[in-house]
Amino acid sequence: MSEALLTLKGVHTHIGQYHILQGIDLVVPKNGLMVLLGRNGAGKTTTLRTIMGLWHASQGTVNFAGRDITHSATPDISCAGIAYVPENMGIFADLTVRENLFLAARNVKKAGEMDTARLEWIFGFFPALRKFWGQPAGTLSGGQKQMLAIARAIVEPRKLLLVDEPTKGLAPAIVRSLIDAFLELKTTETTILLVEQNFNFVKSLGDSVAVIDDGRMVHTGTMAELSGDMDLQQKLLGLALEHQY
Amino acid sequence: MLAKLFSGDFPRSRVLAALLLVILFSLACAPFLTTGARMLNVAATICIFIVLAASYDLLLGYTGIVSFAHTMFYGIGAYGVGLALNSIAANWWAVFAGVIAALLLSLALALVIGLFSLRVKAIFFAMITLAVASAFAVLASQLSDFTGGEDGRSFTVPEILHPDFRLFDAEVFGRVIDGKLITYYLVFCSALVLFLLMLRIVNSPFGRVLQAIRENDFRAEALGYRTAIYRTIGNCLAALIATLAGALMTLWLRYVGPATFLSFEVMTDVLLIVVIGGMGTLYGAVIGATLLILAQNYLHALMGQTSAALSGIPWLSMLFHPDRWLLWLGVLFVLSVYFFPSGIVGRLRRSARPA
Repeated sequence: MSEALLTLKGVHTHIGQYHILQGIDLVVPKNGLMVLLGRNGAGKTTTLRTIMGLWHASQGTVNFAGRDITHSATPDISCAGIAYVPENMGIFADLTVRENLFLAARNVKKAGEMDTARLEWIFGFFPALRKFWGQPAGTLSGGQKQMLAIARAIVEPRKLLLVDEPTKGLAPAIVRSLIDAFLELKTTETTILLVEQNFNFVKSLGDSVAVIDDGRMVHTGTMAELSGDMDLQQKLLGLALEHQY
Repeated sequence: MLAKLFSGDFPRSRVLAALLLVILFSLACAPFLTTGARMLNVAATICIFIVLAASYDLLLGYTGIVSFAHTMFYGIGAYGVGLALNSIAANWWAVFAGVIAALLLSLALALVIGLFSLRVKAIFFAMITLAVASAFAVLASQLSDFTGGEDGRSFTVPEILHPDFRLFDAEVFGRVIDGKLITYYLVFCSALVLFLLMLRIVNSPFGRVLQAIRENDFRAEALGYRTAIYRTIGNCLAALIATLAGALMTLWLRYVGPATFLSFEVMTDVLLIVVIGGMGTLYGAVIGATLLILAQNYLHALMGQTSAALSGIPWLSMLFHPDRWLLWLGVLFVLSVYFFPSGIVGRLRRSARPA
Protein backbone atom coordinates (compact mmCIF):
# COMPACT_ATOMS: atom_id res chain seq x y z
CA MET A 1 0.00 0.00 0.00
CA SER A 2 1.30 3.41 -0.92
CA GLU A 3 1.68 6.28 1.54
CA ALA A 4 -1.31 7.62 3.40
CA LEU A 5 -3.01 10.81 2.24
CA LEU A 6 -5.60 10.98 4.99
CA THR A 7 -5.39 9.40 8.42
CA LEU A 8 -8.09 9.32 11.05
CA LYS A 9 -6.94 8.18 14.47
CA GLY A 10 -9.44 7.32 17.19
CA VAL A 11 -11.95 9.87 15.99
CA HIS A 12 -15.03 10.43 18.13
CA THR A 13 -17.78 12.74 16.95
CA HIS A 14 -20.78 13.83 18.91
CA ILE A 15 -23.81 15.42 17.31
CA GLY A 16 -25.74 17.01 20.11
CA GLN A 17 -26.29 14.30 22.68
CA TYR A 18 -25.59 11.48 20.23
CA HIS A 19 -22.24 9.79 20.17
CA ILE A 20 -22.03 8.95 16.47
CA LEU A 21 -18.40 8.07 15.73
CA GLN A 22 -16.91 6.01 18.50
CA GLY A 23 -13.26 5.79 17.65
CA ILE A 24 -12.78 5.63 13.90
CA ASP A 25 -9.37 4.63 12.58
CA LEU A 26 -9.05 5.04 8.86
CA VAL A 27 -6.10 5.31 6.52
CA VAL A 28 -6.85 6.49 3.00
CA PRO A 29 -3.88 5.62 0.81
CA LYS A 30 -2.71 8.10 -1.81
CA ASN A 31 -4.16 7.58 -5.29
CA GLY A 32 -6.85 5.08 -6.02
CA LEU A 33 -10.37 4.79 -4.80
CA MET A 34 -11.41 3.72 -1.34
CA VAL A 35 -14.96 2.69 -0.59
CA LEU A 36 -16.59 3.26 2.76
CA LEU A 37 -19.43 0.79 3.26
CA GLY A 38 -21.91 0.36 6.05
CA ARG A 39 -25.54 0.18 7.00
CA ASN A 40 -27.84 3.20 7.26
CA GLY A 41 -26.92 5.21 10.29
CA ALA A 42 -23.56 3.52 10.74
CA GLY A 43 -21.71 6.84 10.60
CA LYS A 44 -20.47 7.03 7.02
CA THR A 45 -21.75 10.51 6.30
CA THR A 46 -20.64 11.71 9.72
CA THR A 47 -17.15 10.45 8.92
CA LEU A 48 -17.07 12.53 5.74
CA ARG A 49 -18.50 15.57 7.49
CA THR A 50 -15.94 15.22 10.27
CA ILE A 51 -13.11 15.12 7.72
CA MET A 52 -14.56 18.21 6.07
CA GLY A 53 -14.82 20.07 9.38
CA LEU A 54 -18.59 20.40 9.20
CA TRP A 55 -18.66 18.49 12.47
CA HIS A 56 -15.67 18.61 14.72
CA ALA A 57 -14.17 15.55 16.34
CA SER A 58 -14.43 15.57 20.11
CA GLN A 59 -11.49 13.20 20.37
CA GLY A 60 -8.81 11.84 18.07
CA THR A 61 -7.01 13.43 15.13
CA VAL A 62 -7.58 13.91 11.43
CA ASN A 63 -4.40 14.25 9.45
CA PHE A 64 -4.39 15.28 5.80
CA ALA A 65 -1.26 15.36 3.63
CA GLY A 66 0.97 15.75 6.66
CA ARG A 67 -1.19 18.43 8.29
CA ASP A 68 -3.41 18.17 11.33
CA ILE A 69 -6.84 19.40 10.22
CA THR A 70 -8.83 18.15 13.21
CA HIS A 71 -9.77 21.63 14.33
CA SER A 72 -9.45 23.53 11.04
CA ALA A 73 -12.39 25.48 9.67
CA THR A 74 -14.19 24.09 6.64
CA PRO A 75 -12.92 26.72 4.18
CA ASP A 76 -9.32 25.98 5.20
CA ILE A 77 -9.85 22.27 4.76
CA SER A 78 -11.34 22.92 1.35
CA CYS A 79 -8.41 25.09 0.35
CA ALA A 80 -6.00 22.41 1.56
CA GLY A 81 -7.29 20.29 -1.33
CA ILE A 82 -10.34 18.31 -0.23
CA ALA A 83 -13.53 18.51 -2.25
CA TYR A 84 -16.82 17.19 -0.91
CA VAL A 85 -19.88 16.03 -2.81
CA PRO A 86 -22.61 15.66 -0.18
CA GLU A 87 -25.49 13.27 -0.44
CA ASN A 88 -28.01 16.02 -1.14
CA MET A 89 -25.58 17.39 -3.79
CA GLY A 90 -26.08 20.94 -2.53
CA ILE A 91 -26.00 22.59 -5.90
CA PHE A 92 -26.91 26.28 -6.07
CA ALA A 93 -30.29 25.98 -7.73
CA ASP A 94 -30.77 29.60 -8.79
CA LEU A 95 -27.35 29.90 -10.37
CA THR A 96 -26.56 28.52 -13.80
CA VAL A 97 -24.45 25.43 -14.41
CA ARG A 98 -21.63 27.71 -15.52
CA GLU A 99 -21.84 29.83 -12.37
CA ASN A 100 -21.92 26.74 -10.17
CA LEU A 101 -18.71 25.49 -11.73
CA PHE A 102 -17.12 28.92 -11.69
CA LEU A 103 -17.73 29.26 -7.94
CA ALA A 104 -15.88 26.01 -7.39
CA ALA A 105 -12.94 27.06 -9.57
CA ARG A 106 -11.19 28.96 -6.82
CA ASN A 107 -8.09 29.87 -8.82
CA VAL A 108 -10.07 31.54 -11.59
CA LYS A 109 -10.97 35.21 -11.34
CA LYS A 110 -13.33 35.55 -14.29
CA ALA A 111 -15.87 33.05 -15.58
CA GLY A 112 -14.39 33.27 -19.08
CA GLU A 113 -10.99 32.09 -17.87
CA MET A 114 -11.92 28.62 -16.70
CA ASP A 115 -9.59 25.88 -17.86
CA THR A 116 -11.25 24.89 -21.13
CA ALA A 117 -9.24 21.70 -21.57
CA ARG A 118 -10.38 20.50 -18.16
CA LEU A 119 -13.97 21.52 -18.89
CA GLU A 120 -13.84 19.57 -22.15
CA TRP A 121 -12.53 16.61 -20.18
CA ILE A 122 -15.49 16.91 -17.76
CA PHE A 123 -17.97 17.34 -20.63
CA GLY A 124 -16.50 14.15 -22.06
CA PHE A 125 -18.14 12.06 -19.39
CA PHE A 126 -20.92 14.48 -18.37
CA PRO A 127 -22.15 15.79 -21.76
CA ALA A 128 -25.41 17.04 -20.19
CA LEU A 129 -23.48 19.83 -18.50
CA ARG A 130 -22.47 21.29 -21.83
CA LYS A 131 -26.04 21.13 -23.04
CA PHE A 132 -27.46 22.97 -19.99
CA TRP A 133 -24.46 25.29 -19.55
CA GLY A 134 -26.47 28.50 -19.27
CA GLN A 135 -29.50 27.09 -17.45
CA PRO A 136 -30.30 27.46 -13.76
CA ALA A 137 -29.05 24.33 -12.04
CA GLY A 138 -32.39 23.91 -10.30
CA THR A 139 -33.96 22.90 -13.62
CA LEU A 140 -31.67 19.90 -14.08
CA SER A 141 -32.81 16.33 -13.44
CA GLY A 142 -31.60 14.43 -10.38
CA GLY A 143 -28.87 12.63 -12.31
CA GLN A 144 -27.71 15.81 -14.00
CA LYS A 145 -27.54 17.54 -10.62
CA GLN A 146 -25.36 14.71 -9.36
CA MET A 147 -23.12 15.14 -12.40
CA LEU A 148 -22.92 18.86 -11.70
CA ALA A 149 -22.12 18.22 -8.04
CA ILE A 150 -19.25 15.92 -9.01
CA ALA A 151 -18.09 18.24 -11.78
CA ARG A 152 -18.01 21.06 -9.27
CA ALA A 153 -15.72 19.02 -7.05
CA ILE A 154 -13.30 18.20 -9.88
CA VAL A 155 -13.37 21.46 -11.87
CA GLU A 156 -9.91 22.05 -10.46
CA PRO A 157 -7.51 19.27 -9.52
CA ARG A 158 -7.94 18.28 -5.89
CA LYS A 159 -5.93 15.92 -3.78
CA LEU A 160 -8.89 14.18 -2.22
CA LEU A 161 -12.50 13.82 -3.28
CA LEU A 162 -15.15 12.83 -0.74
CA VAL A 163 -18.31 11.55 -2.43
CA ASP A 164 -21.41 10.60 -0.46
CA GLU A 165 -23.77 8.05 -2.05
CA PRO A 166 -23.73 9.37 -5.61
CA THR A 167 -26.04 6.66 -6.97
CA LYS A 168 -28.88 7.22 -4.55
CA GLY A 169 -32.15 7.44 -6.43
CA LEU A 170 -30.57 7.47 -9.88
CA ALA A 171 -31.62 5.49 -12.95
CA PRO A 172 -29.34 2.56 -13.96
CA ALA A 173 -28.22 4.30 -17.15
CA ILE A 174 -27.01 7.28 -15.18
CA VAL A 175 -25.31 5.02 -12.64
CA ARG A 176 -23.36 3.49 -15.53
CA SER A 177 -22.20 6.87 -16.72
CA LEU A 178 -21.13 7.67 -13.17
CA ILE A 179 -19.06 4.46 -13.13
CA ASP A 180 -17.35 5.60 -16.34
CA ALA A 181 -16.68 8.99 -14.79
CA PHE A 182 -15.13 7.49 -11.67
CA LEU A 183 -13.00 5.11 -13.76
CA GLU A 184 -11.77 8.14 -15.68
CA LEU A 185 -11.11 10.04 -12.46
CA LYS A 186 -9.09 7.14 -11.12
CA THR A 187 -6.58 7.65 -13.90
CA THR A 188 -5.79 11.11 -12.54
CA GLU A 189 -3.84 12.13 -9.45
CA THR A 190 -7.03 12.48 -7.39
CA THR A 191 -7.67 10.16 -4.48
CA ILE A 192 -11.31 9.29 -3.93
CA LEU A 193 -13.14 8.28 -0.77
CA LEU A 194 -16.57 7.03 -1.80
CA VAL A 195 -19.44 6.29 0.56
CA GLU A 196 -21.90 3.87 -0.94
CA GLN A 197 -24.61 1.38 -0.06
CA ASN A 198 -24.84 -0.04 -3.55
CA PHE A 199 -22.18 -2.74 -3.44
CA ASN A 200 -22.57 -3.63 -7.10
CA PHE A 201 -21.72 -0.08 -8.06
CA VAL A 202 -18.47 0.03 -6.12
CA LYS A 203 -17.37 -3.59 -6.63
CA SER A 204 -15.76 -2.77 -9.94
CA LEU A 205 -14.47 0.64 -8.86
CA GLY A 206 -12.87 0.30 -5.47
CA ASP A 207 -9.26 -0.51 -4.81
CA SER A 208 -9.60 -0.72 -1.07
CA VAL A 209 -12.59 -0.90 1.20
CA ALA A 210 -13.48 -0.02 4.76
CA VAL A 211 -16.64 -1.10 6.53
CA ILE A 212 -18.11 0.90 9.34
CA ASP A 213 -20.78 -0.20 11.79
CA ASP A 214 -22.22 1.58 14.81
CA GLY A 215 -19.54 4.24 14.65
CA ARG A 216 -16.63 1.83 14.57
CA MET A 217 -14.45 0.36 11.83
CA VAL A 218 -15.21 -3.31 11.53
CA HIS A 219 -13.14 -4.18 8.48
CA THR A 220 -10.50 -2.76 6.19
CA GLY A 221 -8.87 -4.48 3.27
CA THR A 222 -8.74 -4.64 -0.50
CA MET A 223 -11.80 -4.69 -2.65
CA ALA A 224 -10.66 -7.85 -4.40
CA GLU A 225 -10.60 -9.68 -1.10
CA LEU A 226 -14.08 -8.58 -0.08
CA SER A 227 -15.78 -9.09 -3.41
CA GLY A 228 -14.36 -12.60 -3.68
CA ASP A 229 -15.45 -13.64 -0.22
CA MET A 230 -19.21 -14.09 -0.01
CA ASP A 231 -19.10 -15.15 3.63
CA LEU A 232 -17.25 -12.00 4.60
CA GLN A 233 -19.75 -9.88 2.71
CA GLN A 234 -22.57 -11.67 4.43
CA LYS A 235 -20.97 -11.10 7.78
CA LEU A 236 -20.09 -7.44 7.26
CA LEU A 237 -22.89 -6.13 5.16
CA GLY A 238 -25.64 -8.48 6.27
CA LEU A 239 -28.86 -9.40 4.64
CA ALA A 240 -29.30 -6.03 3.05
CA LEU A 241 -27.12 -7.05 0.15
CA GLU A 242 -28.67 -10.44 -0.50
CA HIS A 243 -31.20 -9.37 -3.12
CA GLN A 244 -28.58 -7.62 -5.16
CA TYR A 245 -27.07 -10.85 -6.41
CA MET B 1 -21.37 48.57 -24.22
CA LEU B 2 -24.92 47.98 -23.01
CA ALA B 3 -23.86 44.63 -21.60
CA LYS B 4 -21.08 46.31 -19.71
CA LEU B 5 -23.41 48.97 -18.32
CA PHE B 6 -25.90 46.37 -17.14
CA SER B 7 -23.12 43.97 -16.11
CA GLY B 8 -24.71 41.37 -18.37
CA ASP B 9 -27.82 41.22 -16.20
CA PHE B 10 -30.61 42.14 -18.58
CA PRO B 11 -34.29 42.31 -17.62
CA ARG B 12 -34.89 39.04 -19.56
CA SER B 13 -38.54 39.84 -20.17
CA ARG B 14 -40.04 42.22 -22.72
CA VAL B 15 -42.74 43.49 -20.39
CA LEU B 16 -40.21 44.08 -17.64
CA ALA B 17 -37.82 45.84 -20.03
CA ALA B 18 -40.65 48.07 -21.24
CA LEU B 19 -41.72 48.88 -17.68
CA LEU B 20 -38.17 49.72 -16.70
CA LEU B 21 -37.74 51.96 -19.74
CA VAL B 22 -40.96 53.81 -18.94
CA ILE B 23 -39.84 54.31 -15.33
CA LEU B 24 -36.36 55.43 -16.39
CA PHE B 25 -37.75 57.84 -18.94
CA SER B 26 -40.35 59.25 -16.55
CA LEU B 27 -37.82 59.77 -13.80
CA ALA B 28 -35.27 61.27 -16.18
CA CYS B 29 -37.77 63.76 -17.57
CA ALA B 30 -39.92 64.20 -14.48
CA PRO B 31 -39.28 67.96 -14.08
CA PHE B 32 -40.31 68.59 -17.69
CA LEU B 33 -43.30 66.25 -17.69
CA THR B 34 -44.93 67.83 -14.67
CA THR B 35 -45.05 71.23 -13.10
CA GLY B 36 -46.26 70.33 -9.64
CA ALA B 37 -43.83 70.33 -6.75
CA ARG B 38 -45.58 67.30 -5.34
CA MET B 39 -44.98 65.18 -8.43
CA LEU B 40 -41.32 66.08 -8.46
CA ASN B 41 -41.17 65.11 -4.80
CA VAL B 42 -42.72 61.74 -5.64
CA ALA B 43 -40.18 61.22 -8.43
CA ALA B 44 -37.24 62.04 -6.15
CA THR B 45 -38.60 59.77 -3.44
CA ILE B 46 -38.90 56.95 -5.97
CA CYS B 47 -35.27 57.45 -7.08
CA ILE B 48 -34.02 57.29 -3.50
CA PHE B 49 -36.18 54.37 -2.46
CA ILE B 50 -35.01 52.40 -5.49
CA VAL B 51 -31.46 52.73 -4.17
CA LEU B 52 -32.47 52.06 -0.56
CA ALA B 53 -34.56 49.00 -1.44
CA ALA B 54 -31.96 47.67 -3.89
CA SER B 55 -29.25 47.93 -1.25
CA TYR B 56 -31.53 46.07 1.16
CA ASP B 57 -32.01 43.43 -1.51
CA LEU B 58 -28.24 42.91 -1.48
CA LEU B 59 -28.81 41.57 2.02
CA LEU B 60 -32.23 39.97 1.92
CA GLY B 61 -32.50 38.77 -1.65
CA TYR B 62 -28.91 38.06 -2.61
CA THR B 63 -27.28 36.96 0.63
CA GLY B 64 -30.31 35.78 2.59
CA ILE B 65 -29.61 38.01 5.58
CA VAL B 66 -32.57 39.52 7.43
CA SER B 67 -31.57 42.88 8.86
CA PHE B 68 -33.69 45.52 10.57
CA ALA B 69 -30.89 48.05 10.79
CA HIS B 70 -31.15 49.29 7.23
CA THR B 71 -33.05 52.44 8.15
CA MET B 72 -30.41 53.14 10.77
CA PHE B 73 -27.76 53.42 8.05
CA TYR B 74 -30.18 55.46 5.96
CA GLY B 75 -30.64 57.71 8.98
CA ILE B 76 -26.91 57.96 9.59
CA GLY B 77 -26.45 59.30 6.06
CA ALA B 78 -29.27 61.78 6.56
CA TYR B 79 -28.10 62.95 9.98
CA GLY B 80 -24.49 63.14 8.83
CA VAL B 81 -25.25 65.55 6.00
CA GLY B 82 -28.05 67.35 7.80
CA LEU B 83 -26.16 68.07 10.99
CA ALA B 84 -23.02 69.02 9.10
CA LEU B 85 -24.94 71.54 7.01
CA ASN B 86 -26.71 72.77 10.11
CA SER B 87 -23.70 73.19 12.33
CA ILE B 88 -20.80 73.92 9.96
CA ALA B 89 -22.02 76.00 7.05
CA ALA B 90 -24.22 75.68 3.99
CA ASN B 91 -21.49 74.74 1.57
CA TRP B 92 -20.18 71.69 -0.28
CA TRP B 93 -17.42 71.11 2.22
CA ALA B 94 -19.99 70.51 4.90
CA VAL B 95 -21.88 68.10 2.63
CA PHE B 96 -18.66 66.30 1.84
CA ALA B 97 -17.57 66.12 5.49
CA GLY B 98 -21.02 64.95 6.52
CA VAL B 99 -21.08 62.19 3.91
CA ILE B 100 -17.59 60.97 4.82
CA ALA B 101 -18.32 60.99 8.54
CA ALA B 102 -21.61 59.18 7.97
CA LEU B 103 -19.97 56.58 5.73
CA LEU B 104 -17.26 55.93 8.31
CA LEU B 105 -19.77 55.57 11.12
CA SER B 106 -21.95 53.25 9.03
CA LEU B 107 -18.97 51.17 8.03
CA ALA B 108 -17.82 50.84 11.63
CA LEU B 109 -21.28 49.91 12.88
CA ALA B 110 -21.94 47.45 10.04
CA LEU B 111 -18.55 45.87 10.61
CA VAL B 112 -19.08 45.49 14.34
CA ILE B 113 -22.62 44.15 13.99
CA GLY B 114 -21.47 41.83 11.22
CA LEU B 115 -18.42 40.44 12.93
CA PHE B 116 -20.27 39.89 16.19
CA SER B 117 -23.42 38.36 14.87
CA LEU B 118 -23.13 37.15 11.27
CA ARG B 119 -21.36 34.02 12.48
CA VAL B 120 -24.40 32.94 14.44
CA LYS B 121 -27.88 31.97 13.31
CA ALA B 122 -29.88 34.32 11.09
CA ILE B 123 -32.49 35.01 13.76
CA PHE B 124 -29.88 36.36 16.19
CA PHE B 125 -28.54 38.69 13.55
CA ALA B 126 -32.05 39.98 12.90
CA MET B 127 -32.61 40.53 16.63
CA ILE B 128 -29.31 42.31 17.12
CA THR B 129 -29.90 44.63 14.18
CA LEU B 130 -33.35 45.38 15.58
CA ALA B 131 -31.89 46.20 18.98
CA VAL B 132 -29.09 48.40 17.62
CA ALA B 133 -31.44 50.23 15.26
CA SER B 134 -33.95 50.90 18.04
CA ALA B 135 -31.18 52.15 20.31
CA PHE B 136 -29.97 54.44 17.55
CA ALA B 137 -33.45 55.82 16.93
CA VAL B 138 -33.91 56.53 20.64
CA LEU B 139 -30.50 58.16 20.79
CA ALA B 140 -31.31 60.40 17.82
CA SER B 141 -34.51 61.65 19.38
CA GLN B 142 -33.07 62.03 22.90
CA LEU B 143 -29.89 63.94 22.04
CA SER B 144 -32.12 66.85 21.16
CA ASP B 145 -29.50 69.57 21.61
CA PHE B 146 -27.49 68.00 18.86
CA THR B 147 -30.06 66.31 16.62
CA GLY B 148 -33.11 68.45 17.19
CA GLY B 149 -34.94 65.61 18.90
CA GLU B 150 -38.31 64.54 17.52
CA ASP B 151 -38.62 67.78 15.57
CA GLY B 152 -35.43 67.12 13.66
CA ARG B 153 -33.47 69.89 12.00
CA SER B 154 -34.14 72.01 8.98
CA PHE B 155 -31.09 73.50 7.36
CA THR B 156 -29.91 75.48 4.38
CA VAL B 157 -28.34 73.61 1.50
CA PRO B 158 -25.45 74.87 -0.66
CA GLU B 159 -26.57 77.77 -2.79
CA ILE B 160 -26.74 75.93 -6.10
CA LEU B 161 -29.28 73.49 -4.61
CA HIS B 162 -31.39 76.23 -3.08
CA PRO B 163 -34.88 76.70 -4.60
CA ASP B 164 -34.19 80.40 -5.18
CA PHE B 165 -31.12 79.73 -7.24
CA ARG B 166 -31.43 80.33 -11.01
CA LEU B 167 -28.94 78.73 -13.36
CA PHE B 168 -30.17 80.67 -16.42
CA ASP B 169 -32.41 83.64 -16.70
CA ALA B 170 -34.35 82.10 -19.54
CA GLU B 171 -36.56 79.05 -19.29
CA VAL B 172 -35.46 75.73 -20.79
CA PHE B 173 -38.26 73.66 -22.35
CA GLY B 174 -40.74 75.75 -20.42
CA ARG B 175 -39.08 75.16 -17.11
CA VAL B 176 -36.99 77.47 -14.95
CA ILE B 177 -33.72 75.79 -14.12
CA ASP B 178 -33.81 76.41 -10.41
CA GLY B 179 -32.02 74.85 -7.45
CA LYS B 180 -34.81 72.35 -6.85
CA LEU B 181 -34.39 71.01 -10.37
CA ILE B 182 -30.63 70.80 -9.97
CA THR B 183 -31.11 68.92 -6.70
CA TYR B 184 -33.51 66.58 -8.48
CA TYR B 185 -30.92 65.77 -11.12
CA LEU B 186 -28.27 65.31 -8.46
CA VAL B 187 -30.58 62.78 -6.81
CA PHE B 188 -31.52 61.12 -10.09
CA CYS B 189 -27.96 60.78 -11.41
CA SER B 190 -26.59 59.58 -8.09
CA ALA B 191 -29.38 57.02 -7.83
CA LEU B 192 -28.70 55.81 -11.36
CA VAL B 193 -24.96 55.48 -10.74
CA LEU B 194 -25.52 53.69 -7.43
CA PHE B 195 -28.01 51.34 -9.05
CA LEU B 196 -25.62 50.43 -11.87
CA LEU B 197 -22.87 49.98 -9.29
CA MET B 198 -25.02 47.53 -7.36
CA LEU B 199 -25.85 45.71 -10.58
CA ARG B 200 -22.10 45.39 -11.09
CA ILE B 201 -21.60 44.09 -7.55
CA VAL B 202 -24.27 41.40 -7.67
CA ASN B 203 -23.09 40.14 -11.04
CA SER B 204 -19.45 40.03 -10.08
CA PRO B 205 -17.81 36.84 -8.81
CA PHE B 206 -18.29 38.31 -5.34
CA GLY B 207 -22.03 38.57 -5.96
CA ARG B 208 -22.14 34.95 -7.09
CA VAL B 209 -20.57 33.89 -3.81
CA LEU B 210 -23.26 35.83 -1.94
CA GLN B 211 -25.92 33.98 -3.89
CA ALA B 212 -24.21 30.67 -3.21
CA ILE B 213 -24.25 31.50 0.52
CA ARG B 214 -27.95 32.27 0.32
CA GLU B 215 -28.68 28.96 -1.37
CA ASN B 216 -26.51 26.72 0.76
CA ASP B 217 -23.96 28.17 3.11
CA PHE B 218 -22.47 24.81 4.10
CA ARG B 219 -21.69 24.10 0.45
CA ALA B 220 -20.16 27.53 0.04
CA GLU B 221 -17.95 26.79 3.06
CA ALA B 222 -17.03 23.40 1.66
CA LEU B 223 -15.99 25.08 -1.59
CA GLY B 224 -13.57 27.09 0.51
CA TYR B 225 -15.42 30.39 0.96
CA ARG B 226 -15.36 31.98 4.41
CA THR B 227 -19.02 32.79 4.54
CA ALA B 228 -18.78 35.01 7.64
CA ILE B 229 -16.37 37.32 5.82
CA TYR B 230 -18.47 37.47 2.66
CA ARG B 231 -21.60 38.13 4.70
CA THR B 232 -19.86 40.90 6.61
CA ILE B 233 -18.61 42.56 3.41
CA GLY B 234 -22.11 42.32 1.93
CA ASN B 235 -23.53 43.86 5.08
CA CYS B 236 -21.02 46.72 4.94
CA LEU B 237 -21.67 47.42 1.24
CA ALA B 238 -25.42 47.51 1.79
CA ALA B 239 -24.95 49.82 4.78
CA LEU B 240 -22.73 52.22 2.82
CA ILE B 241 -25.18 52.48 -0.04
CA ALA B 242 -28.09 53.02 2.36
CA THR B 243 -26.05 55.80 3.95
CA LEU B 244 -25.64 57.51 0.58
CA ALA B 245 -29.38 57.14 -0.07
CA GLY B 246 -30.06 58.86 3.25
CA ALA B 247 -27.65 61.66 2.38
CA LEU B 248 -29.45 62.23 -0.94
CA MET B 249 -32.85 62.23 0.74
CA THR B 250 -31.85 64.79 3.31
CA LEU B 251 -30.43 67.08 0.60
CA TRP B 252 -33.71 66.79 -1.25
CA LEU B 253 -35.91 67.46 1.79
CA ARG B 254 -33.57 70.04 3.39
CA TYR B 255 -34.69 68.44 6.63
CA VAL B 256 -33.63 65.60 8.86
CA GLY B 257 -35.72 64.01 11.58
CA PRO B 258 -36.35 60.66 13.22
CA ALA B 259 -39.84 60.05 11.81
CA THR B 260 -38.70 60.48 8.20
CA PHE B 261 -35.43 58.58 8.44
CA LEU B 262 -35.37 56.26 11.43
CA SER B 263 -38.93 55.12 12.01
CA PHE B 264 -39.90 51.51 11.63
CA GLU B 265 -42.34 52.51 8.90
CA VAL B 266 -39.44 53.28 6.59
CA MET B 267 -38.13 49.78 7.29
CA THR B 268 -41.49 48.16 6.51
CA ASP B 269 -41.75 50.22 3.33
CA VAL B 270 -38.37 48.93 2.22
CA LEU B 271 -39.34 45.36 3.09
CA LEU B 272 -42.59 45.68 1.15
CA ILE B 273 -40.80 47.14 -1.87
CA VAL B 274 -38.32 44.29 -1.95
CA VAL B 275 -40.91 41.56 -1.42
CA ILE B 276 -43.47 42.96 -3.88
CA GLY B 277 -40.92 43.82 -6.55
CA GLY B 278 -39.14 40.51 -6.23
CA MET B 279 -36.32 39.36 -3.99
CA GLY B 280 -32.98 38.49 -5.46
CA THR B 281 -33.24 40.83 -8.42
CA LEU B 282 -32.36 44.50 -8.29
CA TYR B 283 -34.99 45.30 -10.92
CA GLY B 284 -37.53 44.23 -8.33
CA ALA B 285 -36.54 47.23 -6.25
CA VAL B 286 -37.25 49.54 -9.23
CA ILE B 287 -40.72 48.13 -9.85
CA GLY B 288 -41.55 47.80 -6.16
CA ALA B 289 -40.39 51.30 -5.20
CA THR B 290 -42.29 52.89 -8.07
CA LEU B 291 -45.49 51.04 -7.22
CA LEU B 292 -45.33 51.62 -3.48
CA ILE B 293 -44.44 55.29 -3.61
CA LEU B 294 -47.07 55.97 -6.27
CA ALA B 295 -49.67 54.10 -4.25
CA GLN B 296 -48.76 55.93 -1.06
CA ASN B 297 -49.07 59.27 -2.78
CA TYR B 298 -51.95 58.83 -5.18
CA LEU B 299 -54.16 56.04 -3.85
CA HIS B 300 -55.67 58.59 -1.50
CA ALA B 301 -56.65 60.96 -4.32
CA LEU B 302 -57.78 58.14 -6.58
CA MET B 303 -60.10 56.87 -3.88
CA GLY B 304 -61.49 60.33 -3.30
CA GLN B 305 -62.56 60.40 -6.95
CA THR B 306 -63.93 56.88 -6.84
CA SER B 307 -65.87 57.65 -3.73
CA ALA B 308 -67.32 60.78 -5.29
CA ALA B 309 -68.33 58.83 -8.40
CA LEU B 310 -70.03 56.22 -6.23
CA SER B 311 -71.70 58.75 -3.97
CA GLY B 312 -75.14 57.46 -4.96
CA ILE B 313 -74.43 54.05 -3.48
CA PRO B 314 -74.05 54.56 0.28
CA TRP B 315 -72.26 51.35 1.26
CA LEU B 316 -69.74 51.32 -1.61
CA SER B 317 -68.89 55.00 -1.30
CA MET B 318 -68.13 54.41 2.36
CA LEU B 319 -65.82 51.57 1.42
CA PHE B 320 -63.95 53.79 -1.04
CA HIS B 321 -63.83 56.79 1.26
CA PRO B 322 -60.33 58.35 1.11
CA ASP B 323 -59.88 57.62 4.79
CA ARG B 324 -59.86 53.90 3.94
CA TRP B 325 -56.84 54.20 1.70
CA LEU B 326 -54.57 52.26 4.08
CA LEU B 327 -57.06 49.40 4.06
CA TRP B 328 -56.86 49.23 0.27
CA LEU B 329 -53.11 49.50 0.28
CA GLY B 330 -53.10 46.50 2.64
CA VAL B 331 -55.44 44.58 0.38
CA LEU B 332 -53.19 45.32 -2.59
CA PHE B 333 -50.17 43.97 -0.68
CA VAL B 334 -51.93 40.79 0.40
CA LEU B 335 -53.10 40.17 -3.15
CA SER B 336 -49.71 40.85 -4.71
CA VAL B 337 -47.90 38.56 -2.28
CA TYR B 338 -50.55 35.91 -2.83
CA PHE B 339 -50.46 36.04 -6.62
CA PHE B 340 -46.78 36.91 -7.09
CA PRO B 341 -44.93 34.93 -4.41
CA SER B 342 -41.66 35.50 -6.24
CA GLY B 343 -42.44 39.18 -6.68
CA ILE B 344 -43.54 41.01 -9.78
CA VAL B 345 -40.18 40.69 -11.49
CA GLY B 346 -39.94 36.99 -10.66
CA ARG B 347 -43.38 36.53 -12.16
CA LEU B 348 -42.59 38.49 -15.32
CA ARG B 349 -39.34 36.66 -15.85
CA ARG B 350 -40.95 33.28 -15.41
CA SER B 351 -43.65 33.94 -17.97
CA ALA B 352 -40.94 35.19 -20.34
CA ARG B 353 -38.89 32.01 -20.04
CA PRO B 354 -39.97 29.33 -22.51
CA ALA B 355 -41.43 26.40 -20.56
